[in-house]
Amino acid sequence: MSLLETFGVRSRRMAARMWHRPRLDMPLLIAILLLMAVGLATLFSAGNEDGSLVIGQAARFALGLVLMLVVSHIPPTTLRTWTPWLYAFSTVLLLIVAAIGEGQGATRWLDLGVVRFQPSELMKLMMPMMVAWYLHPRQLPPSWKDIGVVALIIAVPAGLIAKQPDLGTAILVAGAGAFVLFLAGMRWWRIGALVGVAAAAAPVGWHFLHQYQRERVLTFLNPQSDPLGAGWHIIQSKIAVGSGGIFGKGFHQGTQSRLQFLPEHTTDFIFAVFGEEFGLIGALLLLALYTFIIGRCLWLAMEARDTYSRLLAGAIGMSFFVYVMVNGGMITGILPVVGVPLPLVSYGGTSAVTLLVGFGVLMSIHSHRKMLV
Amino acid sequence: MRRQRQSLKNPHAEAALFRRRAVAGFALIVLCLLGLAGRFFWLQVLHHDEFAARSRQNRVHIRVLPPPRGLIYDRHGVLLADNVPAFRLDVVPEQVKNMSAMLARLGHVVPLSKDDLEDFKRRLKQHRPFQKVPLKMQLTEDEIDRFAVSSWRFHGVDVVPYLKRYYPLGSKFAHVVGYVGRITEAELKGVDAKRYEGTNYFGKSGIEHYYESLLHGQPGYEVDEVNAEQRVVRKLSVHPPTPGKSIYLTLDAHLQEAAENALHGMAGAVVAIDPRNGQVLAMVSSPSYDPNLFVNGISQDDYSALLHDPEKPLLHRALRGRYPPGSTVKPFLGLGGLEMGYRTPESSVLSTGVFYIPGFKRGYRDDQRYGAGRVNVVKAIAESVNTYFYKLAYDMGIDNLDKWMSKFGFGKPTGIDLDGEGAGVLPSREWKHVHRNQPWYPGETVIAGIGQGYWVVTPLQLAHAVAMMADKGVSHRPHLLLAEQAGVDAPEVDVPPAKPGASVVHDLNNWKVVRKGMLQVVYGPPGVTARGLGEGFPYLIAGKTGTAERYSRKTEAYTSHDSLSKLAQLHRALFICYTPAMSPKIAVAVVIDHGAWGGSTAAPVARAVLDAWLKEHPAPPDAPKTAREVAP
Repeated sequence: MSLLETFGVRSRRMAARMWHRPRLDMPLLIAILLLMAVGLATLFSAGNEDGSLVIGQAARFALGLVLMLVVSHIPPTTLRTWTPWLYAFSTVLLLIVAAIGEGQGATRWLDLGVVRFQPSELMKLMMPMMVAWYLHPRQLPPSWKDIGVVALIIAVPAGLIAKQPDLGTAILVAGAGAFVLFLAGMRWWRIGALVGVAAAAAPVGWHFLHQYQRERVLTFLNPQSDPLGAGWHIIQSKIAVGSGGIFGKGFHQGTQSRLQFLPEHTTDFIFAVFGEEFGLIGALLLLALYTFIIGRCLWLAMEARDTYSRLLAGAIGMSFFVYVMVNGGMITGILPVVGVPLPLVSYGGTSAVTLLVGFGVLMSIHSHRKMLV
Repeated sequence: MRRQRQSLKNPHAEAALFRRRAVAGFALIVLCLLGLAGRFFWLQVLHHDEFAARSRQNRVHIRVLPPPRGLIYDRHGVLLADNVPAFRLDVVPEQVKNMSAMLARLGHVVPLSKDDLEDFKRRLKQHRPFQKVPLKMQLTEDEIDRFAVSSWRFHGVDVVPYLKRYYPLGSKFAHVVGYVGRITEAELKGVDAKRYEGTNYFGKSGIEHYYESLLHGQPGYEVDEVNAEQRVVRKLSVHPPTPGKSIYLTLDAHLQEAAENALHGMAGAVVAIDPRNGQVLAMVSSPSYDPNLFVNGISQDDYSALLHDPEKPLLHRALRGRYPPGSTVKPFLGLGGLEMGYRTPESSVLSTGVFYIPGFKRGYRDDQRYGAGRVNVVKAIAESVNTYFYKLAYDMGIDNLDKWMSKFGFGKPTGIDLDGEGAGVLPSREWKHVHRNQPWYPGETVIAGIGQGYWVVTPLQLAHAVAMMADKGVSHRPHLLLAEQAGVDAPEVDVPPAKPGASVVHDLNNWKVVRKGMLQVVYGPPGVTARGLGEGFPYLIAGKTGTAERYSRKTEAYTSHDSLSKLAQLHRALFICYTPAMSPKIAVAVVIDHGAWGGSTAAPVARAVLDAWLKEHPAPPDAPKTAREVAP
């Protein structure tokens, strides 16, 4: 039997096992599927009943779910052994993108001919894995020296992504790394000290922002200053949400997006469409669903038996929260406009696939917990 | 090392630490999300009324302001293409619940023709539902009033003011100025669609087409506050459009009018060119049509009437008509014979009324049955003696003839600033090989000498050639654009003409001999072809007639010597001339589809154009009453 045939038989066996003994956490899976359904329905409405949008998104979901199923079968120990290599690989890809971007202006994409993807998207998962890998054998809570090394692990890719420039993803990536430190038990006073230093350094960071990023922050602080330019998004989004009221205008009745007043109403600003059409009740239910998913992730993390799995699972759950918070804050006008999608509801991007792969890792950690220790 | 660290780790303590942190983290997350929920509450409950009101009323709407199209004037500022205010009916499809029922009801208030409805249905498919689609382009005042009374019944239908293209002189400039029409999807693909937002018109032919990018400006926009019904509450700001450039043409409306009147509706074409610079002074194609019919879409009936008219009014004869040049080639060929050394001014041939190629039996005839006696080049041009040119062409050979005549622009487009120019045919071995796949026969060289056979010229080519002749063999590319103007009050900026070519004439004495021949055509003794044409004209006119047969001279129809009207069915009449002969300022070519003789039918049309020209260029008072006295 040739090597290729062996491989074929093996992968068939693996597929069969996946089907018959899925390693999935049912409450989490049901919540995710529910969220996807809400997402597709909102997309149908926001996209002016454009079926092709919904079909494209559903296809992405299907791909994500399959990948989730596959990843859930990779034992966390295997994942841990791969971690430094995967991290290094992703960083190199980011460097390549930066080098290409050098020649053609900003770029986030790597074109492999067959597929185009954003290495920064990969980094969203590699970052917590790498920090968890680093802290796994070390004594917790982490010392200043370990914190320093982790800061380096975070800073290099996050800096490359911010330079692309993609501030939203950079925040998500850096956040994922920072959450691992937090969950690893970094002392509160140390956290406080770092936050204080960061606040003091903010004016320096301002210096490194791109002009358009600065404008966004300024516009966020005073949206009326430029009602037709950058402030337009914020004003129209607030009008959409606010005019929804308690019960909303009803499915497919949102005039703000229908009459083209709300820009990007199928992508970053889809939460505003949801808020307009389903009102406060809808928004609270959606937030509750997100809270449940985050809580379930942290619960699964607590049940894990080794440091690596725990930290990784917890960080994935908390990253999910960052998506919701940054996007929700943006569309309600309490945070600046940064390109972060509403997870599993916004159209497009590779973020849906990344998120589902992340959930796959969680499921793997959960289902392999008894084999460990 | 690693083991040592492992041993220091306390799994239970770590798990407990993690649990505490996870709980703390979750608590923080819930707190944050509660804050977010509070924000939703603030927006959707506490400030709901305010935002609901803004959503209902205060919507900013950006309205595109299409640029007014540039105007077109003649050289003296006579308006040839104007923009006049008009009203149309627009429909926003997504605001209409039941389109066919609405159209049926609307038809009772404002009559809608079948063409209107078909056009509307076609455009409906191309537009997005929130975009306005024009339903009826031209509303009468009565229709506007009636619609205003019952407009409440037609939600989503609006009367919209706009600028309609209008051609005040109608058919007189239809071919050369052309017309605009409703822009099509295919035309939109070929241009920057943003520049055409809100624009309905696109140049379809003539100058309107050729200078589309000049005549069309940049749209502006108006930022309005609109309420839920999209009615403007107030203007926030206005960014006015940049109007298209107005252009001045080299054409002279008086000459154009004189030429058209002189043609009396006969099918034909007149082109007048200033030989000093290539400015086209008149460009008439007859019969013509009313370009205003096309502006808002021509009706099927009108269009098929134009299309099936046997005189082909839609054909731009001056630009792309195909005519045998006949005897009008003789001055050019005569000059070639002198310049290339085949003839001297004095050398003469004996005209016996027929010419035979050595060794062939077929005879080539003269107009005069028994010949004109001994003929030199001046007499040959003046009396249009075929025999002289049969022999000259035969002696030159087709290759030299072709080489020489192509210097005068025959066989290729002149490069005028209009699209779709005809190239004509200059007979040559190569042309015949490519188009007929046959070898060249000597007999064809002989008839090429009198502008027959495969020769095809456009009236524009002929006018360009005679203008070149007038300017001693210097070619100025014919052009129509004189000046452009960025706005009504902006200065007119002259467009510099293309660089003139080098003269094709080497010995000016040869050219003077030919000029003498062309003067004799008009002022020579009885028997010359355009005698009397210069009567009462203060400047000397140099000319040449041409009568090209549509049928062979051997046929029954020719020899029966029928009436002039019968002959007119058989001939094309041509005339070329320039004046003042001693310092030419205008060159004219006239071609008439069914003219009896060039001298009797085409020459008077040219004279009418010259008379119109004279009105603007009066002769000095000491000039002789008629130029005949000073004729050489």
